[in-house]
Amino acid sequence: MGEVLVITSGKGGVGKTTTTANIGTGLALMGKKVVMLDTDIGLRNLDVVLGLENRIVYDLVDVVWGNCRLKQALIKDKRFENMFLLPAAQTKDKTAITASQMRELCANLQEEFDYVIIDCPAGIEHGFKNAIAGAKQAIVVTTPEVSAVRDADRIIGLLEAAGLKAPKLIINRIRSRMVQAGDMMSIEDIMDILAVDLLGIVPDDDFIVVSTNRGEPAVLDERSLAGQAYRNISKRIMGEEIPLLNIQEKTGFWQKIRQAFGNR
Amino acid sequence: MPFSDLINRFFGKEQPQPQNSPSKNVAKERLQLVLVHDRSDVSEKMMENLREDLIAVINKYMEIDQKSLDVSFSREDGAVALIANIPIVRIKR
Repeated sequence: MGEVLVITSGKGGVGKTTTTANIGTGLALMGKKVVMLDTDIGLRNLDVVLGLENRIVYDLVDVVWGNCRLKQALIKDKRFENMFLLPAAQTKDKTAITASQMRELCANLQEEFDYVIIDCPAGIEHGFKNAIAGAKQAIVVTTPEVSAVRDADRIIGLLEAAGLKAPKLIINRIRSRMVQAGDMMSIEDIMDILAVDLLGIVPDDDFIVVSTNRGEPAVLDERSLAGQAYRNISKRIMGEEIPLLNIQEKTGFWQKIRQAFGNR
Repeated sequence: MPFSDLINRFFGKEQPQPQNSPSKNVAKERLQLVLVHDRSDVSEKMMENLREDLIAVINKYMEIDQKSLDVSFSREDGAVALIANIPIVRIKR
């Protein structure tokens, strides 16, 4: 029996899809059999982030409606034998499926895979309710901004009300230089506010844009700091104890000289 | 001008802006206040009931200006407080 995890945030644009793609790929990299589900019906994007957009024949709605068998809709990744995507339908909307259909689908996938990772749409309506219906655990993604943290708090409440106890938090797009200058909330500030456990932190990394351009998740790149962060998170999901990533930017030559003269 | 400032000028580093409070503190305080409302789901109805109950209790001891009575949430010294501003007209004896 595999684990069913939903990646959610409430607010849009904080990195749910990127997080899903990197955690899914990270777990596959560690040898786990993984399927990722895009439940953002009508606005699918997980396929392009994973670079699998050209292989879609059937989608999640086709499976639920019985237009095809589950196996026919699963897209096998080009890099990993053990990684699959079930894409969202692009021409329907969130009401095309129900919560009980999602529960049944997740139960079926759970038999076959070590990890079922669900990419949740933004918002708290029908799409959100469907996405969390079949999940046993939830990961909440936020960024160090007032609006994102507020929405994360709301989502945590809704998840707990729906029986998804103890959701875990990922703080995305941390800019250490701004944190040091006091112009961005730190990890501690956010943890003071949100009553959940921290699963990981991800630095703001230009490489994420490059990796999305190419359809190659950053977790596969050894040099990317965000990639390292996602590898750590994947290991923590597998139960390993990994210390938090040090995301302080390396100081350059001139910065060191400045520091030597007493200015940080 | 201290020597370090000269060095900073030379390397084009901006002088730090004098600020009373870093903006992240503002962010944190605003968040904490807004979350009190979000979390408690404090409805207008509940605030109204609270107001009425407060008036009923205080009325036993003193006469108050019910129209000017104000009950609201506020942040004070890192904690969220319920602030009630209750103008007293007369103490009952």
